[in-house]
Amino acid sequence: MVSYSELPNPAHNTGDAPTQLELKLRRKARINSALRYTVLAVIGLIMVYPLIWLVGASFKTNSEMFSSPGFWPSEPTVQGYIDGWKTSTPYTFGHFFLNSLWIIIPKTIGTAISCTLVAYGFARFDFPGKNILFATVIATLLLPNVVTRIPQYLLFRDIGWLDSFLPLWVPSAMAGDAFFVFMVIQFLRAIPRDMEEAARVDGATTLQTLIFIVVPMLMPALISVCLFQFMWTMNDFLGPLIYISSVEKYPVSLALKLSIDTTEAFAWNQILAMSVLALTPSLVVFFMAQKYFIEGISTGGVKG
Amino acid sequence: MAELQLKSLEKTYGNGFKAVHGINLEVKEGEFMVLVGPSGCAKSTTLRMIAGLETVTGGEIRIGDQVVNDLVPGKRGIAMVFQNYALYPHMKVRRNLSFGLRLKRQPKDQIEQSTQVVSNILEIEELLDRLPKQLSGGQAQRVALGRALIKEPDVFLFDEPLSNLDAKLRASMRVRITDLHKRLRSEGRPATVVYVTHDQVEAMTMGDRICVMKDGHIMQVADPATLYERPANAFVAGFIGMPEMNLVPAVLSSNGAARLTLAGQTIMAGPDLTARLQTADGPVTLGIRPQHLEVLEDGAAEAFSGTISNLEFMGHEVNVHARVGDATFVAVVPTERFDTTLQRGDKVGLRPIAARLHLFDPETGENVSLADQNS
Repeated sequence: MVSYSELPNPAHNTGDAPTQLELKLRRKARINSALRYTVLAVIGLIMVYPLIWLVGASFKTNSEMFSSPGFWPSEPTVQGYIDGWKTSTPYTFGHFFLNSLWIIIPKTIGTAISCTLVAYGFARFDFPGKNILFATVIATLLLPNVVTRIPQYLLFRDIGWLDSFLPLWVPSAMAGDAFFVFMVIQFLRAIPRDMEEAARVDGATTLQTLIFIVVPMLMPALISVCLFQFMWTMNDFLGPLIYISSVEKYPVSLALKLSIDTTEAFAWNQILAMSVLALTPSLVVFFMAQKYFIEGISTGGVKG
Repeated sequence: MAELQLKSLEKTYGNGFKAVHGINLEVKEGEFMVLVGPSGCAKSTTLRMIAGLETVTGGEIRIGDQVVNDLVPGKRGIAMVFQNYALYPHMKVRRNLSFGLRLKRQPKDQIEQSTQVVSNILEIEELLDRLPKQLSGGQAQRVALGRALIKEPDVFLFDEPLSNLDAKLRASMRVRITDLHKRLRSEGRPATVVYVTHDQVEAMTMGDRICVMKDGHIMQVADPATLYERPANAFVAGFIGMPEMNLVPAVLSSNGAARLTLAGQTIMAGPDLTARLQTADGPVTLGIRPQHLEVLEDGAAEAFSGTISNLEFMGHEVNVHARVGDATFVAVVPTERFDTTLQRGDKVGLRPIAARLHLFDPETGENVSLADQNS
């Protein structure tokens, strides 16, 4: 099949009118791509429609929500946001956002630092038992999370960390997320060692080399790591559900569920409004770091 | 500046592979030493051991009067220029240059001054605020050179610094580096240089002395002229010179004067060779450079009779390939002296210039025709 780009360029034979065959082929190519884009657009719309509906519905009244199927509110109102923000607890939703933040910040920063250290060790140094240790890291990657839930719970109970944020971020800050370690290792392997050797010749210690040379080069990978960690932690429901029992310490994910539990008739518009708010940080962060994010995962994946 | 000594230096890798077999080398203060050899001859490994980027598994490395085997690279007083420049991609040229000095916590104005001096020498002042990715290959290599220069090291190490550049740029960088070396010498701070390359043109044009390596052994260390005129063995003879020296099995018989027999043809090798001989009669490897092989009419005296198998016109000269029995000789003839009627399949006489003939032991490869002078 002749594609559009393979057809004779009219710029080259100005003056000559395109032949019948050329016109036919060109028309065919145009119809083809129109068809392809239509199919893509329709499927894309179907997939993204619930999200659009969510945003629209958050501005609807409770009664309108189930009466009209369209996403556009007939009488837009922000009452859902106002009521939702107040919550049925003594705390505002802002409090829950802050709680999420207190988990996310140490977890993200800790993950970035610990993963860099561990990955640097695995990618650049030879030490006894390296292969076994690395195999162990990869093995934990394959282990389903559920398997470790109960032993972990017992462990943290014995340490006395229940109903605190610690069980939620400390394991990750100790490079407990094998996936991130693996990702950074793959990225590091694709970076030539010459720069690090040059730094060593320039007189840098191992730590100085890591901080001044390796970390800046790792930035795209680290941004991806932070982004993933941010989004996954923001969306994590099971972790807080298991470890956090007092409402005062609920993060956003639990707080959303809270409004379903406690009210007798569900105030759907409040729930949806707060869901929209809960989505916002992840989306904002993603779009801000999108460029690095794509660079980070694609380089790590392809070259590693 | 200081001299550099390698004593019985060895490198054995963890898997038992021995890359460097106890080499001894002395680089004098201010000397430009080139390590050259085919790929896999361990020249880069040797350089990296001097730099401290590879561990030493035997012998010792001395810089000045200090054994540096166990010193980290930063404490050895060396600077290194890498093949792919190895500039820090996230730092501007200025910071690339001064990284080493900043690690040493030198005062800021002093760093600034050194940066100016070095960028002035290498003509990279206008590049100081660029990132490495905004530089061309030649510019990047000059910055890499500057990064070495700014540290005023005892020993400069170059690891094939020009092999990523195109031919033209390579030639100009070659001159620039040798000029720089001479300039430092005339300024009274001579730079000791170890320069690794696989390019014999670089080796011959840049080195005060050249160390030819093969499979982790040193084959010969000498100045370029000696290396070319008096190769210690067949490997060096074949490695240095373009086109390669003809190395052909022959039989030596001395009956008062040396004779060489090849494919049933015997020629007198002349009194010069007879005087130099260090070997008994028997099979030898005859070595003659293409430039020292005369192409004459067939039947000329003391010439092998051969058949032209190929002619390569190079512009200023013609490479004549001719077969004598099973052996193929290449002779280089200046275009103006080339008989243009010659064609493939024609018979010609090939006469080696006796004074330039080398004979090598076919077993050990050693040159057995160097006796008259001290080798």
